[in-house]
Amino acid sequence: MEAVLAISIGVLFGSGVWLVLRPRTFQVITGLLLLSYAVNLFIFLMGHAKLNQAPITPTADIDPAQFADPIPQALVLTAIVIGFASTGLYLVVMLASRGLTGTDHVDGRESST
Amino acid sequence: MPFVGSFIAAFMPEDARNREAWLASFIAVCGLVVTLWLYPLVASGEVIRYRLEWMPEMGLYFSLRMDGLAWLFMALLEVITLLVVLYARYYMSPKDPVPRFFSFLLAFKGSMVGVLLSGNLIQMVLFWELTSLASFLLISYWHHRADARRGARMSLTVTATGGLCLLTGVLMLGHIVGSYELDDVLAVGDLVRAHPWYVPTFILIALGAMTKSAQFPFHFWLPHAMAAPTPVSSYLHSATMVKAGIFLLIRLWPILSGTSEWTWVVAGAGICTMLLASFFAIFQHDLKGLLAYSTISHLGLITVLLGIGSPLAMVAAIFHTLNHATFKASLFMAVGIIDHESGTRDMRQLRGLLHMMPYTSTLAIIASAAMAGVPLLNGFLSKEMFFSETLHWGYGKWMSVAAIVYGIFSVAYSLRFIYVFFGKPAQDLPSQPHEPPRWMRFPVEFLVLCCLIVGIIPGLSIGPMLHLAVESVLGTQTPHYSLAVWHGFNTPLMMSIGALALGVVFYTVLRLFANLTHIDKVPVFHRFSGAQAYESFFLWLTVGAGRVETWLSTRRIQPQILVILSVAIISAAVAWPKEVKFDFALATKDLDPWFALLWLIGCTCAVGAAWQAKYHRLRALILLGGTGVITCITFLMLSAPDLALTQLMVETVTAILILLGLRWLPARLSPKELNIEVPLTVWGRRSRDFSLAFIAGLGMAGLSYWVMITPKHETISDFFMLRALTEGGGSNVVNVLLVDFRGFDTMGEICVLTIVSLTVYALLRRFRPAPESMPLPAQQNNLADPAIRQTPQQQASVGYLMVPGVYLRLISPVIVLIAAYLFMRGHNMPGGGFVAGLTLAIAIILQYMLAGTTWIEARLILRPGRWLAFGLSVVLATGAGAWLFGYPFLTSHTTHLTLPLLGEIHVPSAFFFDLGVFAVVVGSTILILVALAHQALRSHRQPGSTQSDYQTLKELN
Repeated sequence: MEAVLAISIGVLFGSGVWLVLRPRTFQVITGLLLLSYAVNLFIFLMGHAKLNQAPITPTADIDPAQFADPIPQALVLTAIVIGFASTGLYLVVMLASRGLTGTDHVDGRESST
Repeated sequence: MPFVGSFIAAFMPEDARNREAWLASFIAVCGLVVTLWLYPLVASGEVIRYRLEWMPEMGLYFSLRMDGLAWLFMALLEVITLLVVLYARYYMSPKDPVPRFFSFLLAFKGSMVGVLLSGNLIQMVLFWELTSLASFLLISYWHHRADARRGARMSLTVTATGGLCLLTGVLMLGHIVGSYELDDVLAVGDLVRAHPWYVPTFILIALGAMTKSAQFPFHFWLPHAMAAPTPVSSYLHSATMVKAGIFLLIRLWPILSGTSEWTWVVAGAGICTMLLASFFAIFQHDLKGLLAYSTISHLGLITVLLGIGSPLAMVAAIFHTLNHATFKASLFMAVGIIDHESGTRDMRQLRGLLHMMPYTSTLAIIASAAMAGVPLLNGFLSKEMFFSETLHWGYGKWMSVAAIVYGIFSVAYSLRFIYVFFGKPAQDLPSQPHEPPRWMRFPVEFLVLCCLIVGIIPGLSIGPMLHLAVESVLGTQTPHYSLAVWHGFNTPLMMSIGALALGVVFYTVLRLFANLTHIDKVPVFHRFSGAQAYESFFLWLTVGAGRVETWLSTRRIQPQILVILSVAIISAAVAWPKEVKFDFALATKDLDPWFALLWLIGCTCAVGAAWQAKYHRLRALILLGGTGVITCITFLMLSAPDLALTQLMVETVTAILILLGLRWLPARLSPKELNIEVPLTVWGRRSRDFSLAFIAGLGMAGLSYWVMITPKHETISDFFMLRALTEGGGSNVVNVLLVDFRGFDTMGEICVLTIVSLTVYALLRRFRPAPESMPLPAQQNNLADPAIRQTPQQQASVGYLMVPGVYLRLISPVIVLIAAYLFMRGHNMPGGGFVAGLTLAIAIILQYMLAGTTWIEARLILRPGRWLAFGLSVVLATGAGAWLFGYPFLTSHTTHLTLPLLGEIHVPSAFFFDLGVFAVVVGSTILILVALAHQALRSHRQPGSTQSDYQTLKELN
């Protein structure tokens, strides 16, 4: 399972990097979304994968090792919400830039080459 | 006190000339009274000290120290301040913003007092820089004039550069001595002179002093500083600020002088300055320009005296500093009066002023005679001391020759100055000159009177104070000297007389044979223009910086990202842990084929999205959603139900957001459709980016694998796991973490959400789509489709959307209920404010999508702003509520309430916190989506088309 996850994170990250390096704004927003998936998964897996051990404690007296690590989860939850906000902002900036400059190139003008 | 005055002065009304002047004079009088009151103490040989803790751990104290030298300069400063304030009251025009003037003037005075009284070297440099700054502000007082701005900039650049050198020098000095206190530094002269750092330290300090006192080759800023109002020129640029450099040299004279470096640097710069500036002064046409160069040359003279280094020369230097301040300040003020009354300062126009303003003219003539060194005036005394010192110089006779040449030049420019008062009165002046107001003339009278008194009875008037200052510098070395007008026929007197006579001859020759008034450039030496060099240097600097910028940097974002990524990859590769080994058997041991299949789909989606994002945005978006869903499932499988829920909701909302935005992007056709060849360079770039992406992906995969197979360490998670229920009052640890343990973090996060949504709203209010996206898209323009002729509302109620319409309206209360459910159980089970907020937002958006903006807004009043405000207030109130019970901000508390019907329910204070989060999430999501959705309404309103405007209006009604 670890190998599958690692390879997947790699593929997501690689696709994201490729897209972020592209010249069109839409490609970059797609790339950023892919990158955020990869990074969120990565942070999440810092707590190690555990099946069916959600960090919900029924009683006060438990063994913490029996549950999944809650801290990476809380961090990723925050990251997802902030990622949503930045996607929204990026999208609107992208639209405004397109309206102002007449192009969807990331530099606001078509490259000369 | 001057700083407080400066602050008060800055807030006085524009036309409060009298009040400003009273305030400033009051401060100056107070200063003077205090200074005079301290005289007996200082005269008894005591050094007055005052010390405040500043940064004691670094050996820095705010300390004040007044000895004879500081006292003399203080007295000079206070007297001149008083006179200048009085003078400025009449000089400044009622139209000028006087508060600014007096405010800067007082700020300058405060800084100057700081320089004079500082008992700590660092503190002195601080005040030193403040004087530069005040001078900059005062020169640029008439900031609408280009020459004022240029002069101010030049003076600040030169003096502040010098100030930096001085700071470095002082730091080195402090390092040599081990203390920055002036008392300690002055005590160890021999140590400093023997230290290997002596030469650089001395050069740096000398640079500071020389830039401030306008010594060659930094003299050029002073003539340009004459763009300042005349009171400023007479105050800062002749009597006080430029003397700060001299003061510094005198101050550090006991420890730095006495070496051959000192003599050559200080005396050398002084001689060049003295001769060049006095030569330049002869060829000026502007009265102030002449005085400026004359000031430079006198400063040069004082520097030479300091450079000579004998105790008697020191006496002469201090004495001449005082004399120069008196006669030059009075001359500047006289020139100010002439300028004020006649409207010009051009010596080629001014004639016969003696007839028109006899009183002022007489005063100016006496003062300029003092400048030329005519007997019975103070200038004569110090100049004679200078001549006699040059004779005793140990390095040859040429110093005496230089002194005589200087004498000749100074007589010549003084004659040039005096010439404007004689002859037939000029008729073509801009205004008819007459005597100025009584009190405007008073400062000039007072100073000229000083010149006369000092010149005639030096021993009685200035003698004791001068002695005090000299003694404080020289200590036991104080020589025997006599201040007398008549020393008998000796060589210095002969030199004086010779210089006077030759000066008159030289001037007459220039006047009669060389056509002096028509020479625009200074002969021979005009090429040594420091100002030109300064300008060229800065031009070169700017151009050079521009070149470096174009060479090293780019405004294009792609290369920047490329560099950032490459650096990240390289640094990761350098820091790569060696012990990571990929064990194929271990990796495939417990391989779950379903999970592998799942991620096969996920990866395919991701690669597909990357592939399609350029030409088929919708496809890319759908594929992206695929990856998102797989991520969601993974979270769910790997024990993170909260993450899965949130990710799912965010996924939905993001997809809707982007769909709303897609319409405004330009159509993009692939090269195949356009029948064009993709150039080889593009392929090159793509393969470069691809390899980078490949390496990045590979690295990330390796890193993740390494992280996952590394055994888990002890973390603070256990702490949270054990305390969540007992102290946080909830069994869902992730939720408790968010709303309780890390509540402050979450509060910051919802603030970010609010800010983003407001920014989006503000950006879209001004949004202007590109012209080609304005008309209706082809899909909506197809006449064969009956839906085109219907409004969104009709489509939803009777048109093709009827079935989904009924269905969606039916389930929307259910979605709201689910949102409420997710919210309520959040503390103990998966759910919470974030998820619930997003769910509610989706319920609302579905209705928008169904029936269109107009219909829904006529029926449902949404106020996203209020949601946001409510949410933030609730969060803050919950947090601050803890204060009422004496706990820190955001401390939570849990109670159990028993309500009728519902039974016992669980009410933690975090519940209200989560309510705030919920409200903010709903508000911001709705705000962003509605703002985007409204663009569709606007786009129909094409500029100039009244028909479509009418339609929109009808739609809205």
